Amino acid sequence: MAKMKKSSTRIDMTAMCDVSFLLLTFFVLTSTAKTPEVHPVDLPNSTKETKIPTSDIVTLTVDEEKVYFGLSGKDDKIDVLERMGKEYNVQFTKEEIEKFTTMENFGVDIRELKQLLAKPVGELMKPENHLKGIPFQDSLNDQLSAWVRHSRESTYARKKDFVKVAIKGNAEEKFGTVNKVVQILQEQRQNRFYLVTGLRDSDF
Amino acid sequence: MAELNTDGGGGKGGKKVRSKKQNAGVDLTAMVDLAFLLITFFMLTTSLSKPQSMELTMPDKKDVDVTEKQEAKESKTMTILIGKDNSLKYYMGMFDNPYQEVGPTDATYGKEGIRKVILQKMANLKAAGFEGKDGLLVLIKSTDEATYTNMIDILDEMAITGVKLYAINDMTDAEKEIMQ
Repeated sequence: MAKMKKSSTRIDMTAMCDVSFLLLTFFVLTSTAKTPEVHPVDLPNSTKETKIPTSDIVTLTVDEEKVYFGLSGKDDKIDVLERMGKEYNVQFTKEEIEKFTTMENFGVDIRELKQLLAKPVGELMKPENHLKGIPFQDSLNDQLSAWVRHSRESTYARKKDFVKVAIKGNAEEKFGTVNKVVQILQEQRQNRFYLVTGLRDSDF
Repeated sequence: MAELNTDGGGGKGGKKVRSKKQNAGVDLTAMVDLAFLLITFFMLTTSLSKPQSMELTMPDKKDVDVTEKQEAKESKTMTILIGKDNSLKYYMGMFDNPYQEVGPTDATYGKEGIRKVILQKMANLKAAGFEGKDGLLVLIKSTDEATYTNMIDILDEMAITGVKLYAINDMTDAEKEIMQ
């Protein structure tokens, strides 16, 4: 009697497993972890798809008439903080500088930065510690201008490169505030900006 | 993993004790499931967390060379005024003496509003032989009360319609008056 050949229901998964882990490794390595910000904003949408550079970039978040300042690299943060400390006569210890580099962005007066950095690392990014934003409305105490100026000088001195400025404005923010920030930057002849937006198609 | 235990629980009777036959195949289904789940997760998070941006270059304020200032024809110059509560007006030529006596006109955002107007003006100029950098020049002026979204929307219209020359200017007092 001819025996029916018993076909196995199992498939060899080895190759599939190899491929999927290869892809997984690729995505893990290429993805950049989304870092938390002290003040997340709703971005307006545009059809433009210009990529934002990831290094040598200053990110200014604008919302509720306040500005939050963010730097990209660890070395940049250390150098800019030292330069700012010199200008405003604030001495930072090694631990404070180390803590400062863990912050993605911040919104405090430089004279209150020491108190903020005395807090434990877990509390540094809490929004209630960044209620006032960087002072910029008063031309006598224009720290935003100082931060940007030192970032530009620092980047140029160390890398011979020009710092890029990205503006992250809240969709509902008054244009006046954004305009004021742009004016401050233009005083330093920083004339190019990346306006960070979400993506939409042109059918609106 | 059922394949790992293949002896079937037998082995009774006076049979010879044989060494267990090892099955080399491991069931990878669960592992593949997990891997694909993670791939999906990383794919989605990477593409979503990369925001796009719009490049904006403003003219240098200092040492503006006066001879560099170029004259623009009235028929080519369009001014867009952005006001509060999503209001929008536009006019051609000069404010006091608008082109063809048509003063500031109300418009709306989007493809049925200002985009149609811009494309119409561009088509008119193209018919007269003005295109690209010789074509329409748009001045964008916004009150402080307008939202940032309004400004982005208009800048976006510039990108969509392909206007080559546009600039963000400050409003004059007379223009502020009508945008109140």
